[in-house]
Amino acid sequence: MNMELERSKTNPSLPIANQTLPPLDEIPADWFVPEPVDPRLQEQISGPMTSVWKDAMQRLVKNRGAVVSLFMILLIVFLALVGPYMSGRTYDEQNLLHSNLPPKIPGLEWLGFNGVDVNGVDQYEKRGITENFWFGTDEFGRDLWTRVWKGTQISLLIALLAALLDLLIGVAYGGISAFYGGKVDDFMQRIIEVLMGIPNLVVIILFILILEPGISSIVMAMIVTGWVNMARVVRGQIFQIKAQEFVLASKALGASNFRLIVRHLLPNAVGPILVTMMFTIPSAIFFEAFLSFIGLGLQPPLASLGTLIQDGYVGMRFFAYKLVFPGIVISILMICFNLLADGLRDALDPRMKK
Amino acid sequence: MLVTLWVIATATFFLMKMLPGTPFNNERLSDQQLAVMNEKYGLDKPVAIQYLRYMANLAQGDLGESYKYVGRSVTEVIGERIGPSALIGFQALVLGTLIGLVLGVVSALKHNSLLDYTAVTLAVLGMSVPSFVFAALLQYYVGLKWGLLPPALWKGYEYTILPTLALSVTVIATVARFIRTEMLDVINQDYVLTASAKGLSRSKVIIRHVLRNALIPVVTMLGPLAVNIMTGTLVIEKIFSVPGLGEQFSLSVLVNDYSVIMGITLFYSCLFIFMVFLVDLLYGLLDPRINLRGGKQKG
Repeated sequence: MNMELERSKTNPSLPIANQTLPPLDEIPADWFVPEPVDPRLQEQISGPMTSVWKDAMQRLVKNRGAVVSLFMILLIVFLALVGPYMSGRTYDEQNLLHSNLPPKIPGLEWLGFNGVDVNGVDQYEKRGITENFWFGTDEFGRDLWTRVWKGTQISLLIALLAALLDLLIGVAYGGISAFYGGKVDDFMQRIIEVLMGIPNLVVIILFILILEPGISSIVMAMIVTGWVNMARVVRGQIFQIKAQEFVLASKALGASNFRLIVRHLLPNAVGPILVTMMFTIPSAIFFEAFLSFIGLGLQPPLASLGTLIQDGYVGMRFFAYKLVFPGIVISILMICFNLLADGLRDALDPRMKK
Repeated sequence: MLVTLWVIATATFFLMKMLPGTPFNNERLSDQQLAVMNEKYGLDKPVAIQYLRYMANLAQGDLGESYKYVGRSVTEVIGERIGPSALIGFQALVLGTLIGLVLGVVSALKHNSLLDYTAVTLAVLGMSVPSFVFAALLQYYVGLKWGLLPPALWKGYEYTILPTLALSVTVIATVARFIRTEMLDVINQDYVLTASAKGLSRSKVIIRHVLRNALIPVVTMLGPLAVNIMTGTLVIEKIFSVPGLGEQFSLSVLVNDYSVIMGITLFYSCLFIFMVFLVDLLYGLLDPRINLRGGKQKG
């Protein structure tokens, strides 16, 4: 046994090694001593059982970027829910006496939250305002802190709704297409091909024009084209799983189509579906902001990150803070969602690591 | 391809018909004038006839007449606007691909070094930060605060620099990330080991063997990237006041100029379909393993 090990360590092609070691078939049989192992224990599972999900969780937790992103997202979600109530002012409360105030946070003056505008004038002192506006105010004197978090809330809501509806339609369509296969699949794929040929932004804009801007119409416009991607992912997955033996076994045991889909096919495709959904959320946030930016978004006084950025952009020259805060929030949100989705993909399928 | 175009044309046509409002919403127009206008553009006919007429014209490459700019055809409007868009779009694509390539190659060669991490961080930032936020920042700092480059308008070559930069950010990030993964993938292949074992110099191995093979899949990115740039032009042109196609589109949307909206939509779709087609073709040329004629394509 020892000889064997050593032989494999040294390079067998070297002539010296060949001379010192006896050829393979000359090793006497009594050199081999079996390791004393209880044969009953051989089949025993030694470590704790891990499911696919536990495994994935372990890998995800090791990914520092993904964990930090997850916490940042949770923090932003928390602020989006609680933030609008923190300053005691509502998002649509106007007060022209308080218009265009720069941000001021007591204690954080050194960070630029000092209430001084571009011309170096302390607007709070000049106008004798004792309240503090953490993120400043807009031209109507609305509190930007409240508006930014209210806007985040709405942007997140739109993204989440779009992702969920994409999921529903995409899974149903892709599932049916792949499960029945053949002509049904051919036909359904032709439809998808045509849809893929249309630049989705154009469709989104046209739909928004017809539906009049609002939360529901933005969501609608986004899912008109958004589900295609999900449907393709699901179809690919189901096709793969469908060919596996456990599905055949279940079928042979008389399982109904419904049971096959719900119990066997979908649970095994959850990973990629989840990852696709995670990637949908940042792109939905982006599209919402994009639409708002070209003036097709929510109508005031409602705010979303997009409309806030648009408003901020208009007054950027003198009131940079109006653009900076929503810009930072949307950037952080997008980065974190992207990183988390990346991490999730790597965790669920280590081979796909990109 | 033609079927797709037909579906798009039909869908856009009927969507346009469903739009609220008319192209002539000037309050000073009397009913009589409106009737004359409607007749001139054939809007008094039933929708079905309008549709057939539009399709017949479309087949001959005629996109109709603009409702807003009297007496000018849509083809003219597009032709006039395409220049600036094409220029900044093309520049952004080339610049973005080049910078992305360098970033990606460097970060793959210096895998897990500080340089690599910086490049990856930059790439994630570039992919995540919305282009219009970046564009606004560029305009504010480079254009207004530091005054290095003209912040907006379109009067000479230096006016194209900022829009190009803003557009290319996503391209840089996407290409860099993609190249990096592909390179890392290829570097671990056996044939690269063989090449080094044969005694080829490192630069030769990298250029002849690694890079060449890593570049093939990047071609597939061209399609999505072109779309990305198209989307980008819509906002970027608005921010930097570039007289391009994207700006015209948002303008026409606001004034209900149906024929121009339809024309640009169709134009974008054509471009998109053409890009997808081109990518398929290029891919087949670059990688002989993929057979375009008969047989199934990969992926």
